[in-house]
Amino acid sequence: MKIHVIEEKCQGHNRCFVVASELFELDDYGYSHEVNGGVVPPELEEKARLAVANCPENAIIVVEDGE
Amino acid sequence: MTTEQIKRHEQPRDWATDYDIFDPDYVRDPYPIWDELREKCPVAHTEHLGGSWMPTKYADLYTIAQDIDHFSSREILVAPVVPPPGVDPESIPFYGVRAPPISADPPEHTWTRKMLLPHFSIKAVTPYEEKTRDLCGKLIDRFIDKGRADAAVDYAQQIPPRIIGSMLGVPEEMSDTFINWVRDLLEIGLSKPEVRGPARLELLKFLDAEINDRRANPRDDLISRLLKTEIDGQPVPHQILLGMCLLLVVAGIDTTWSSIGSALWHLAQHPADRKMLIEQPDLMPNAVEELLRAYSPVTMARLMNSDYEYNGCPMRTDDRVLMNFPAANRDPEKFEDPAKVVLDRKFNPHIAFGAGIHRCAGSNLARMEMRVSIEEWLKRIPEFHLENPDAVTWAGGQVRGPRSLPVVFP
Repeated sequence: MKIHVIEEKCQGHNRCFVVASELFELDDYGYSHEVNGGVVPPELEEKARLAVANCPENAIIVVEDGE
Repeated sequence: MTTEQIKRHEQPRDWATDYDIFDPDYVRDPYPIWDELREKCPVAHTEHLGGSWMPTKYADLYTIAQDIDHFSSREILVAPVVPPPGVDPESIPFYGVRAPPISADPPEHTWTRKMLLPHFSIKAVTPYEEKTRDLCGKLIDRFIDKGRADAAVDYAQQIPPRIIGSMLGVPEEMSDTFINWVRDLLEIGLSKPEVRGPARLELLKFLDAEINDRRANPRDDLISRLLKTEIDGQPVPHQILLGMCLLLVVAGIDTTWSSIGSALWHLAQHPADRKMLIEQPDLMPNAVEELLRAYSPVTMARLMNSDYEYNGCPMRTDDRVLMNFPAANRDPEKFEDPAKVVLDRKFNPHIAFGAGIHRCAGSNLARMEMRVSIEEWLKRIPEFHLENPDAVTWAGGQVRGPRSLPVVFP
């Protein structure tokens, strides 16, 4: 599975980071970016899906689904 | 009973065309009204307070929040703030002071927001967690032996003013004064200009002096750090700094105390939820999001930049639009079983902090204060209930939360 944060859509709610701090990093302004090229280890796939579902800006997309 | 009340009882209010966010029924229990509006008229209209539109569906709130070209943030209050008749606005001290970035559109919004954000990141607010925890403990010490407390007045209301005060570097003794100023400005003053004016003047005079003091004697606090910021090599204009400090005091106080109060109001009536949080403390961050969804406190306004038809509603230039984020968060088209508080709810993209470029800049601070204050309360007072449900009073208008919340813990 691979995810991506659309920079123009992220407004820094930080919901993804709280749900899955292993998958995202925040810059000084609170905007989120995927780590490790967006590659999600299998054991974190559920967390990644939660991050996608809970983003109020629909800013996170699944680029490649592991399923 | 006044004529107005008699009229209301004889002929029920048509909420779709005549809503009033200060109506006692609305203040006490707005949820059935929002449910009715979403079904019947998802963008309601009223002539009250100079007229406004009010969307209640998640999809509409989300769309409007993103559309900053049509929907301006120049005015964020439900009622126009007008100077008393015969008074020249320019003669009113601090008349031109706004509250950027919340009251601004780009480009001013962009750089003022960029100034604030780093000071309210998760990393920046974490150092205040211990202070918040200590404060909560001390507040509880004051009433725990009495077996009862007003969870709004003695607890929720006391926390945010002290934390933002400590960030700004203002004396702790100012907290009670802050509380009064903010209530006079935003709660009581929203419909009473004679209360609002003096409170605004006092608060701005105080902040003006604080900023001037830091200019002369910089310290390790937020005011000093904001003063050090340069925009394109230029210092930030004093009036902008003053407006930002006004925003920090006003926005960080009654909103979060409303959320903490609503959370305790809920927990007082739901022993199973108390038990769940005590047994599964790791659930707290998720529970805070759910409590924010179910009891979102804030409704900000927008102002129409031009005539624009939105979903069949003929909006006109300078019309106000009330951003009913609380109603959006209870929209059954978005959330399953929205009226039910499910502390371990998995799907919860709530917009209690708004959406788009005006997403609440203090959201991380608010979440931290909510989480810590609930944790500390449950640690010391795991069992409690409402002393008398009818004694609970709510503030309405644009920030909703309990203002009197008597609870007992035998």
